[in-house]
Parts: sequence; C-alpha cells; structure tokens
Amino acid sequence: MRPEPLRLAGRELLLDPAGAVFWPERAMLVLADLHLGKAEASARRGLLAPPHELAATLDRLEALLDRYRPRLALSLGDGFHDGRAARGLEGWAFDRLAALVRRQDWLWITGNHDPAIPLALGGAVLDRLELDGLGFVHVPSGAAGEVAGHLHPVARIATRAGRVQRRRCFASDGVRLVLPATGALAGGLNVLDPAIAGLFPAGFKAFLLGTDRIFPIPAAHLLPDLDPHRHRLPEERSPRPAAT
Amino acid sequence: MSAVRERPRPGEPTARAGVPEPFASWFEARGWRPRRHQLALLELAKDGRDVLLVAPTGGGKTLAGFLPSLVELAQQGGGEGIHTLYVSPLKALSADVARNLETPIRETAIPVSLAVRTGDTRAAARARQRRRPPDLLLTTPESLALLLSYPDAAERFASLRAVVLDELHALAESKRGVLLALGLSRLRSLAPGARFVGLSATVADPTALRRWLSPKPERVALVEGESGARPELRILIPEGPMPWAGHYATHAAPAVLELVRRHRTSIVFVNTRAQAEVLFGLLWRLNAENLPIALHHGSLEAEQRRKVEAAMAAGRLRAVVATSSLDLGIDWGDVDLVVQLGAPKGAARLLQRIGRANHRLDEPSKAVLVPANRFEVLECLAAREAVEEGALDGGAIAPGGLDVLAQHLTGIACAGPFDADRVFEEVRATAPYAGLARAEFDAVLDFVATGGYALGRYERFRRLVRGPDGLWRLSDPRLSRQYRMNVGTIVEAPVMKVRLGPRGRRLGEVEEYFVSTLAPGDTFLFAGRLLEFVGVQEDEVVVKKGRGGEPKVPAYAGGRLPLTSALAARVEAMLADPDRRGEFPAPVREWLDAQARRSTTGAPGELLVETFPRGGRQFLVAYPMAGRNAHQTLGMLLTRRMERLGLAPLGFVASDYCIAVWGRRPVERPQELFTVDLLADDLEEWMAESSVIKRTFRNCAVVAGLVERRHPGRQKTGRQLTMSADLIYDVLRKYEPDHVLLRAARAEAAHGMTDIRRLSELLNAVQGRIRHVRLPRISPFAVAIVAGIGKEFVGGEALDQELEAAVEELVREAMG
Repeated sequence: MRPEPLRLAGRELLLDPAGAVFWPERAMLVLADLHLGKAEASARRGLLAPPHELAATLDRLEALLDRYRPRLALSLGDGFHDGRAARGLEGWAFDRLAALVRRQDWLWITGNHDPAIPLALGGAVLDRLELDGLGFVHVPSGAAGEVAGHLHPVARIATRAGRVQRRRCFASDGVRLVLPATGALAGGLNVLDPAIAGLFPAGFKAFLLGTDRIFPIPAAHLLPDLDPHRHRLPEERSPRPAAT
Repeated sequence: MSAVRERPRPGEPTARAGVPEPFASWFEARGWRPRRHQLALLELAKDGRDVLLVAPTGGGKTLAGFLPSLVELAQQGGGEGIHTLYVSPLKALSADVARNLETPIRETAIPVSLAVRTGDTRAAARARQRRRPPDLLLTTPESLALLLSYPDAAERFASLRAVVLDELHALAESKRGVLLALGLSRLRSLAPGARFVGLSATVADPTALRRWLSPKPERVALVEGESGARPELRILIPEGPMPWAGHYATHAAPAVLELVRRHRTSIVFVNTRAQAEVLFGLLWRLNAENLPIALHHGSLEAEQRRKVEAAMAAGRLRAVVATSSLDLGIDWGDVDLVVQLGAPKGAARLLQRIGRANHRLDEPSKAVLVPANRFEVLECLAAREAVEEGALDGGAIAPGGLDVLAQHLTGIACAGPFDADRVFEEVRATAPYAGLARAEFDAVLDFVATGGYALGRYERFRRLVRGPDGLWRLSDPRLSRQYRMNVGTIVEAPVMKVRLGPRGRRLGEVEEYFVSTLAPGDTFLFAGRLLEFVGVQEDEVVVKKGRGGEPKVPAYAGGRLPLTSALAARVEAMLADPDRRGEFPAPVREWLDAQARRSTTGAPGELLVETFPRGGRQFLVAYPMAGRNAHQTLGMLLTRRMERLGLAPLGFVASDYCIAVWGRRPVERPQELFTVDLLADDLEEWMAESSVIKRTFRNCAVVAGLVERRHPGRQKTGRQLTMSADLIYDVLRKYEPDHVLLRAARAEAAHGMTDIRRLSELLNAVQGRIRHVRLPRISPFAVAIVAGIGKEFVGGEALDQELEAAVEELVREAMG
C-alpha cells in the first residue's frame, strides 16, 4: 500500500488508496461519506441491494484505522445514508461501529441537513473543524484550505488498452481537497461535473484509487460522463478535455 | 403473402381439397395453389395438435400458421376474446405480418379482428385491445410477458385456441427465448386447449425445437415444407493479391460492385456494423454510375431503416449493405443475389442469409461468398460443403438463466397469488429449465422475495409474502409497476444519439464508450457518412459533415459471432488433407504448401503450437480453431499461467482460428501450459476479476430486478447502472460469493462470452496430442494473427497495469 503525499495549503498530507486522508503531523485520519445503511434504504424502495454493504464499509473503516492508528478520526459527514439508517442501525453493526469509534478520539462533522448522530455511538459532533489553516467540512465551498466530502468524486480515464476505467478519486489543486466516498455502495459523481470542477478555478488533479497505489492524473486527461439525462446549459458545461 | 404465388407443377393437383371456402376461392382468384404444408397444418389443427413447421424462407410459412385460425374464425365467428396469439422476435415483423394478413381478411370478407401489441403500441390502442380483445393478437416476447403480468391475464387468455411462434429457431437460441418459453408454459396452464405452432427456418436439430415447443415433444407433429431448389453458391476470389489478414474484405469492393451491377437487387451481408460502414463507404467511392445502394444496420435511426426497407420492397434499390438486422423475416421483394462478405461463421446462418434471395422456391437462390483472408477461404469452402450436404450447425437452445427465472416469478406474482409447487412444475416443463433442481428454484424464489441473502437478513423488506393459504403474493402492489417498467432480457450498452448539426436530424446511435474516445475535430464513419465530432449537447452527439482525415469507425459490443464447432472441424479436416489442396485457389494452395514446408499444417485431433522469436519478442501461436470467445478466454488463462511460470507474457490476441501470445521469454514446453487444470486453477480467479463477468453480472442484475433499468418517475441511464451494479458485484463477491445472481452471471458467461465448455472440450481433447514446432521465424499461418496485433484490443485485464501504462504515456507526453 503506497499512500500519495499531497501538500495542501502548506500542510503535508497522505492520500490513502482506500480513499482516506492521513495527516501525520496531527496523527489524524479523515474519511468521508460512509453512507451506512444505503442498502437498507434501497431495500425499503423494493430494490434489495446487498445488506453486506454495512460489513463492507465497516471493514474498510477498520482496515484504515489499523493501518494508521490515528489519535483522531474524522468523519466528514454523511456517515449515515439517512435518518432511518442512523436511528435503526442493526445491533451488531451499531456495536461494531461504536467499538471502532472508541478506539481513538472521533469527530463527526455534520452538515446542516445531516441526520442526528446517535449519542450512544460515541465521538463528538461538530459542524466544522478548523486546524492549522485547514478547514474540515462536509459540503465544500471552494474556500482555501478546505477539506470536504459530500460530492463522491469519481474519474474516468481511457487506458492504453482502449478501455475506459472509472475509479473513485480525490480532487485537489493544492489549495483545497475533496475526498471520495468511503461507503461500499456510495455512488459517484464525475469529477469533471461543474459541481466539483467548479471548485477549482485554476484546474486540478484527480488522484484515482488503485488497488494499492494512487494515480495522479491532471483533469485535462480525464473523460466526462456522458449522461443522456442530465440537462445542462452549455455555459455550465465543463470544457471537454483533449483525447488522451 | 406474395410468397405463395407459384405456378402449379405438372402432375400436381391444384388441390382445392382441404381448403374450405371462402379461402379456396380466394386462393384461386389469386392463381395460387395451397402448399402441402399449408394443407397439413389445416388437418393437424382439426385435431388440436401442436406443430413444428420447418420450411425455407418464402414457403408461405406465416400463412400456413394462420390459415387454420382464419378458417376456424370464419366458420365459428370471432369476438370471443383472443383466439390466436402470434409472437415474433421483431416488432417490425409483427407489424409486417399484420399488414399481410389484412389482405386475405379483407378479400374474403371474414369477420376477423386483428391487432398488434408491441412496445410501440400507444396507450389508447392498448386500452382498446383490453376492452375489446382482437381475434388475432400479434406481439413480441416482452409484450407477452407484460400481458401475462396483469391480474386479468387468466381471463384474457382463457379463450386462446392457438399460439403461433415465428422464427422459432432464432428465438430459441436467445435469452429472450428463455423468457418466452416461461411465458408459453404459463399460457399452456391458462389455456389448456390451445395448440402451439412453431415456424422455423431449416435447422440442424428439429427434435430440440419440438421439445422447446412442448413438454411432450412426441406429440408435436413435424411438418417439413417443400425444399426449394438447391442454392447456387459461388466463392469469389477477386483478381489481385489475396489479403493475409483482416476480416473486412475491402479488397473485394470493386468485384462486389460489379456483381451488384449485373443483378437486379442484391443484399451484401457483412458480419459487423463497423464492417458495414466501411464497405458501404468504399462501394460509394467506386460507384461512378450512382447505383442506388443503401445501408442497413441495427444502430441506424429507425426512421432511416424503415425508409431503406420500403425502398427495398418497392424495388428502388440495387443493393443494400446489411448486418444481421436483415437476417430475419421480412420479405424483401425481388432480391436475386446475396453476397456474404467475410466468412459466414456457421452453415445455418449462411443458409438463412442465402434464403433472403429469391423467394420463389422453384428457382435457386444465388449467393456469392467473399472470404477476407486465406483462413476464411477455407471457412467459405467448408460452409459451402456443409450447406450442400444439408449439414447444419448451431441452433443450440439457450439455457435457462436464474436471472430470467427471477423476472418471470416477479411477473407471475404481479398477476396474482401463486402456488410455488405448481409454478415449479410449469417452469420445469420448459426446455431451458427441464433440468432445474427444486433447490435452485427455491433459491430464486427466495431471491425475489428477500434478495436471497444468507440468514434471511431482509425479512422485514420482503417483496413476496406467503399467505396462510400457502400462496405467494406481492407485499406491495407498487412493485408491479417497477416490474413492468423493467421487463425484458435485453440490456443495451449505454448509447448516445447522433445528430447532424445542433438542430439537424438524427442519424442513429453509437456507444457511449466510442464517444468518450473522440475529441472535437475527430472524424468517424457512421450512417454511411463521413462525420466530424463537434461535441456533446445535452443527451446527444452533435456532428457535422467531415472533410477527411483518418476516420474512426464505431464498434459495438457483441457484434461478432464465433465460428461454429461443426464448421471449425471441417476446416481442420481440410487443412490436414493434402489431397484436397487441388480444390483450393492458387494463393491458398501456395500458402498451405509453404506452411507444410516450414512448419506443418497439423493433423486432425492434434493441437499445433508454434514458437518463434520476432522483433525482440518471443511468440507462441496455437491453432485450436475453437472460436474467438473460447480463444479469448484461453488467452487470459495462458498469460496468467505464463506470468506464474516467470515467462513474462506481454499480451495476446485471438481470432476464430488461433491465438498468439508474446512475451519476453520463450515457451519451451507448451505442454505445461495447455493442461486441463488450466481451467481449474486460474478460471475462477480470472472470472471473478474480469470485466466480462462484471458486464454479465450487470445484465443479470437488471434482468433479475436487483438493479433497475427504469424507475417509476425517472430513467436510469446505462452509465449509472454500470456504476451501481459494479459496486454491488464487488460487495457480493467478497461477502456472499455463492449468491444466486453471481451463480447466474457465472453460468451465463461460461455459456456465452467465455465459451468455457468449448475450451474445456478442447483442452481435454488435446492432452498428449500437442504438436510443438520451434521455428526460427514466423510461419505462413501465423502471419494473419500476428499482423492483427495492435489493431485489436490487446488482452490483459489487470486494471492497475492499464492505469500504470496510461500514466506512463501521459508522463511521456508531458515531458516530451
């Protein structure tokens, strides 16, 4: 496992291929958008997505905590898919999450619309955290030094073999950073979408998650999603990159 | 139904016997005579017998299927609900048959009503059909599934007297046919008195189709239509050098144009849509006389296809370049020549295509085969031989997938409460599920009810509940809407419409993947035009007329059929028999002689493996002739094993005939690679990671209803679908590797894309019979495949390596 160093607003961070950020100076692990209970939410609508989503996401979380042994872990919002998931987490999953939360200091960052975090889980709840010039929030505003989640960036790239790969990714310009979603069934938004690309006025790099390393790729080499059902005004459209 | 027009042959009675009025007079007024098989079907219908009618195209098959129903309705009167249900694989075919039936109905003035019900039928027409059911209802497998999912299905079909299945050979081979088989079994329960009639082109194995048609195949009468005159099959080797490689046969364009010039109307069949575009472009570049030549393939705008079809039927075209989109059904009028450009890949398929020419049975169909390279010459010879001997191939009945069963069970639940034991019997009565174990059925039922996860984790989200009466029913009536929006077994790759100019007309659709490889200014060939990519506007690809450059050609997934085993065996036998060389054209003879001198042409039952160095790399070329799908899988497995043996493989490429693998170190003992345990050791692991299985899983997840194609109120796009199905795949694979949908995906991939069965047969057959030839340089046989390297996708699914390579390229680009 090779984390990728990233200098953000003067701080040295490590981007982990599992989709989390480690800040060695502070021994702090940051991850975003666990979306626990997403499978169950879809099951309520009649689509029986695998309940293993919980185990898969918690396994991911546990592996990260094992790898970095942080002093502080930070969940950047959307820890639960919705209010019902937060209130009705299955017993075993609740216990397991609570145990993970208690292994170190834990902070739940919540946006205004996030569901209430069950107190029994442990950890403190904050709207945002400011630390050494970095601002940890759920919804990015584009401010300098901001580390955010919410948008679930994924990137598409054409490989030499003529295939298109779609991977979760970080997005950063060295001034601000958006994290990929950690949840096993959390979907993604193309990083070229104006909602993400628009945060980086001077362009950005996507850091694609590989099996055991990160692939930093400039935005100009990425492919947009061609979504036949998203209607955008032409001026909102992100510039089409040259073919790679 | 013009196909029935025929002069009575001397000595044959102008049999009016058997055809009652008013049809007898109607036949006579048109100067037609009823055919033997039409009379046979009338007789059999009186006894309520099921029938499989096997007849060549143009035999008046469809009328034969309907005539007994028309007679019954004329005698007994209609208006008593649906009397006859007709199912065809194509919406267009159902519409065409409806038009053709209107003539006899009108001219005999019988009181028979008729309606078409397909995905194109408007709501008002559907409501009308419901209020006043037509006597004859013409539909498709998907629309039948929908009709069966309504609570009034039992009532609606109780009156049914006959079911007519057109192009049965094509349906039975496909996943759509599996869904249809389930629906028909349901119909047999709802209308026990109905007779089932299958109409099929000539097939290798009518017994299998009789079983498909009925659980009691011995009671299905087999009626064979009069076989027409023997087709005249010629193999064309144009003047000039014969190509060594490639599948497009572009060298033959001038010769093809000359053939078109000398015939009234020709169909030029090709094997892929990309080949159609390229050939069409070439023909027009040469077409100094402006002969009206059109293009027809499945990705063109429907309106455009209809225009071509109409022009064809009206005799306004001299030729149409077509893919399998013209293989089936519709009567193309006065076609007097069929050209098959590139190898036919199967004898039955070739015969089907030849049948598109000359619908008059007493004159031979004329067809010309144009091989694209030397191997294909042998394949064309083999196909001609097979057609002449009447030895057909292919036509294997599609196996029953667990995903299709899941969809069917959901549909049944939508119609009303059901008894699992009874439905199990119904399902087992179909040919695709004849071997289904009860445990598998129960697993699928559990999947539909609770998602099929271990420990019954979704009890509280049950979609099906079992009442105190022991019957299963939907837990929420809204689920039926979800079902109806997602019915069917065809899952399309994500496509985008192509529009000429921001407000211009639509030309058709290309795969999203292809669009993602384009940059503004790139040109490509599509819809018979040279187009320049302008950009993506909302949901469409905007193009303008291109002015030149090196155009790309859009390719489509799943375009190519692999060479059939029967044809491959013939090719192998031809290669190994030196006495037959004399029959071959000179360039092929010389090629075989050179191969025999430098290497060997092999012996039947033996696997020839050549190794040689070239360009600093070590090549291994093997000639299993097992078809490209099996070879593709073999390539993946071989490179994995070579990797483990430290042979540093770099890539491979597969064709229908052979496979080439190259690496940094020579393979000294190929016997160690081509072992039976190749499948055992590596297959599982490779399958789990490969994009083939992910793609298959995505389809199964949609068909089974785990992922939606559409949700009430909004439309899911192919892309979004890929995303969530892939995430689900990863989670399932890790946490519930034996889940019923993973089993469904593995089974489907083994049958289709990966062709594991054929590969396994091959590996078993060649143990101890591997003929390894070490060569100082490339052999004549190997040229075709090695020349193709770099032009096709180079195998290897290792995602990270691919990314690594992309990064290296970018770095070079950035630093260079």
